[in-house]
Amino acid sequence: MSSTEFTPGSGVFGGILIGLAALILMAGNGRILGASGIFSGLLNFNFNRNTEWRLIFIASLLIATAVTASFSGMAEQMAFGATPVFTAIGGLFVGVGVFLGHGCTSGHGICGNARFSKRSFMATCVFMAVAVMTVFVIRHVMWR
Amino acid sequence: MQKLTAALAGLLFGAGLTISGMINPMKVLNFLDLFGTHDFTLAFVMVGGLITTIIGYQLLFHRGNPFFADRFYLPGTQLIDTRLITGSALFGLGWGITGICPGPALAGLVFGNVLSFIFVAAMAAGILLAKFATADRNGS
Repeated sequence: MSSTEFTPGSGVFGGILIGLAALILMAGNGRILGASGIFSGLLNFNFNRNTEWRLIFIASLLIATAVTASFSGMAEQMAFGATPVFTAIGGLFVGVGVFLGHGCTSGHGICGNARFSKRSFMATCVFMAVAVMTVFVIRHVMWR
Repeated sequence: MQKLTAALAGLLFGAGLTISGMINPMKVLNFLDLFGTHDFTLAFVMVGGLITTIIGYQLLFHRGNPFFADRFYLPGTQLIDTRLITGSALFGLGWGITGICPGPALAGLVFGNVLSFIFVAAMAAGILLAKFATADRNGS
């Protein structure tokens, strides 16, 4: 496994930007900023009144990532932890999970918890705990 | 105006995910590995994001209405059921295996790594599978 540097300053700054993004979407459009909800909403394959802003949001997300990464050298730091097969299995679990659980790190973790939703708090506790246990098993049990 | 606010939100979200380092799966895994590597950055991202959003939401909800929409679209239910728990556990499992969650998954596509495309394709398949299995075609 490759190590990464602990960067609390840029972490908080990036977190504030994510928070501002959630605020703008709520202030302007009255919508929760949930990446899984926005993405799965597009997988209905019928053009409705929410399709346009969702597409615009994702396009802007991609543009900002490309531009910001070109300044910060993030592209070179990108490192994956799973093989292609496990990446596919993990992606499948994430897809089924966020649909059944109605949200992910942004929708439940930031937006839901920020409005003190009990459901989001429970969801966050569960996915955090399971993720920590999963990493523990993979790195400290299976890798020995 | 809704298009403009969606664009602005997407830009800030992408910049935030990139600057915080959360688009890097290894950085997320090194946080989740509480008993090994000690990169606590993710906790600082959550705190920065939560404080900003809590304060802003209080002001907004006190105001009563969004600026360019008829109302706030908030989930009405407070029900904690097996579907919520099962779904969140499955999400945690996939997140723990890969270090990738939906926002960074989409953002990471711009780097053109084949693993990013595999993840997003599998995630889309998982969402569609769950949609058809639950007959909840319109989803959230």
